[in-house]
Amino acid sequence: MTPRVCRVLRTRRETRDTFTLDLRPPEGAQDFQFAPGQFNMLYAFGVGEVPISISGDPTRPDSLVHTIREVGAVTRAMRELKAGAVLGLRGPFGSAWPVEEAFGHDVVIVAGGIGLAPLRPALYAILANREKYGRVILMYGTRTPEDILFRKELERWRARLDLSVHVTVDRAMAAWRGSVGVVTTIIPRARFNPHNAIVMVCGPEVMMRFTIAELEKRDVRLDQIYISTERNMKCAIGLCGHCQLGPAFICKDGPVFRYDRIRPFFEIREI
Amino acid sequence: METLRPILAEHPFFKGLEEHHLDLIVGCASNVRFNAGEFIFRQGEEANKFYLIREGLVALEMFVPGRGPVKVQTVGEGEVLGWSWLVPPYRWIFDAHAMELTRAIALDGKCLREKSEQDHDLGYHLLKRFATIVQENLDAARLQILNIYEVRA
Repeated sequence: MTPRVCRVLRTRRETRDTFTLDLRPPEGAQDFQFAPGQFNMLYAFGVGEVPISISGDPTRPDSLVHTIREVGAVTRAMRELKAGAVLGLRGPFGSAWPVEEAFGHDVVIVAGGIGLAPLRPALYAILANREKYGRVILMYGTRTPEDILFRKELERWRARLDLSVHVTVDRAMAAWRGSVGVVTTIIPRARFNPHNAIVMVCGPEVMMRFTIAELEKRDVRLDQIYISTERNMKCAIGLCGHCQLGPAFICKDGPVFRYDRIRPFFEIREI
Repeated sequence: METLRPILAEHPFFKGLEEHHLDLIVGCASNVRFNAGEFIFRQGEEANKFYLIREGLVALEMFVPGRGPVKVQTVGEGEVLGWSWLVPPYRWIFDAHAMELTRAIALDGKCLREKSEQDHDLGYHLLKRFATIVQENLDAARLQILNIYEVRA
């Protein structure tokens, strides 16, 4: 697949090491349809290509938003881009969060660190059809108050009466007025019906493992839990095998999986 | 006379306790309230209570010279605050202060220690419950130490 050319509309710094790129949909396309949870392969010309989750609003396909953590040469090059610069794009790829399957259920979203970015489109989609769901709860954990992603949006969401938002940080100084502790510690506080909930989890694998253990303590079944996994994705179309996890290719069959289907492979250290 | 018995009986921490043990515990319980900013206990003070938080949020902090008070954990509604009353030398390791108006049931640890010495079954049931809390806190602390959100290139 050949990358399509996209122009950067706007860039903004989110935290010390994350930034968001707003892109114009690829040349020749009026808009960019995608499902919450899907990702694109973004190509910094002359540097390299990386998989980046789409973090924007799926109900607004005229804008294409990616939130990126700076971890290597490609993402560093992307951080340097200014409005008007161009990027290569392939996508969208992969499976989606079960936003429609969750109609009629309580929805619990658990995000850790940059994991909030791929979950944000799911929350936009849920809020766009809010009346179709039971309780909607967002639990978000990150390292420090300075590392909180989408801070203003979290404040807006927190003010809503139809959405329950819990934010916690691993460590904080005296000025922080919120919760301190890993995200798993706030799961027991959340009010939802564990037998009628769909849970979406995204974050570091260790955080997801502990989150799932905590959810099980609350009697949530594994087939109610969806996770977004990350591996070394290259081709994004299930050919190269770089992102193989057991019988699945993360790029094609994932990144979003129902946990009971991926569990046997998720827990094998060697893969 | 109205007592705290029904509230304690309903609380997940005491769930499953036998009636006569609950009767012993009620005798050591009292209602307390802390205003936002108020200290519940301070590092180094004698630890002879624990608290079932009914409403509000409490920060556990440690004062670090040069950095000031560092928050290490918060304890909220439905959770249990404090276990230093269980282990000699019965001194608080952290400061605890209410971050907002906090209502709780205070349980007199000295009173419970004495009753547990007389009734080892009571002591066993209390320790079993606290072991779970200690384990959960230890797991959480280990996750915090791991710094799991740090991404290495």
